[in-house]
Amino acid sequence: MYSKPLVLIIIMVVLAGLVAPFIYARIGKGASGPPTLAAPPGGEKECVEPTAYMRRHHVDVLMKWRDAVVREGRLTYVASNGRQYVMSLTTTCIGCHSNKADFCDRCHDYVRVQPRCWECHTFPEKGGAAR
Amino acid sequence: MTRREFLRLLALSGFSLVAPADLLIGSDGTGRKAPKRWAMVVDIFACAKKEGCTECIEACHRVHNVPDMPDAARRIKWIWTSPYHALFPEQPAYMEAFKGRRITALCNHCEDPPCVPVCPTKATFRRDDGIVMMDYHRCIGCRYCMAACPYGARSFNWQDPRPFIHAIDKGYPTRAKGVVEKCSFCDERLARGLLPACVDACKGACLVFGDLNDERSQVVRLLRSRPAIQRKPELGTRPKVFYLLA
Repeated sequence: MYSKPLVLIIIMVVLAGLVAPFIYARIGKGASGPPTLAAPPGGEKECVEPTAYMRRHHVDVLMKWRDAVVREGRLTYVASNGRQYVMSLTTTCIGCHSNKADFCDRCHDYVRVQPRCWECHTFPEKGGAAR
Repeated sequence: MTRREFLRLLALSGFSLVAPADLLIGSDGTGRKAPKRWAMVVDIFACAKKEGCTECIEACHRVHNVPDMPDAARRIKWIWTSPYHALFPEQPAYMEAFKGRRITALCNHCEDPPCVPVCPTKATFRRDDGIVMMDYHRCIGCRYCMAACPYGARSFNWQDPRPFIHAIDKGYPTRAKGVVEKCSFCDERLARGLLPACVDACKGACLVFGDLNDERSQVVRLLRSRPAIQRKPELGTRPKVFYLLA
């Protein structure tokens, strides 16, 4: 092998480049793992459905609410525990989760989704930065 | 059981299944109350007296965040005014009386709305109470409905409307670029037991709103007692906005 040191250096550099993202993810700022979300500023403890369900299915809940309100003209949601809520993103959801930047956005940014709710819906004035 | 008995029994049981729904007149057979059938009556003589009045338009466009587009070709309107001859081209009888006057127009919420069957995503649909509604979430902006509507009641958002809304009303969403919009007979206000914003705002009592299925409603009484016309009735869309004459 002619330029042995050079070849070795190149192999090292390529390997380092391949491994770097994984090391960076372990130790650096981009630590993996889901982000921690801020609790509602108002101190509410209970969402419309259990937290685990909401974490996974909040989109389904919103879609169901949307169809019920817009297409069927129904406004009241009866939760699995029997409690009733007004089906509204801007008053019911944001009524508690008014900290959009520390709640909605933090997770949506993490998973790289860009919901288009706020292109039309207007974010309530108090609390939370509308964007 | 003889064959004859069996057939007799079969016929009777069949009748009992069909009969109740057919015999009940004026109900959908489910025991629910007959649905509402919302309609609007426009008193054009009273309206024409208040020349230049835009109370209804301003109220509607304010509460629904309807943008004020500087370019007329991109104008967005839910309720507007047009000359008599433009609204009623085939009904010349009153042409002279209304010469130069503008008359209020809005979505007719047709009983047989041409905009509904053409919508490829079912974003436009007809509710049980006769309101022709839009689900803006579903609208893909193909504008078939605009081509189908013979009344020009629909507008398209060629650009983001938000910069053109003077003051965004936080109680109602705006629309996005690429979406068609129109009057919804204020479904959001009806749900809260309120009258449509335009009817509420009209100080001249030129707009009357009510339920055509309710014998005692003011719209039924007005339509029974005074002659009225609809826009382009020959198309068979059966509009539910009526214009009182005399």
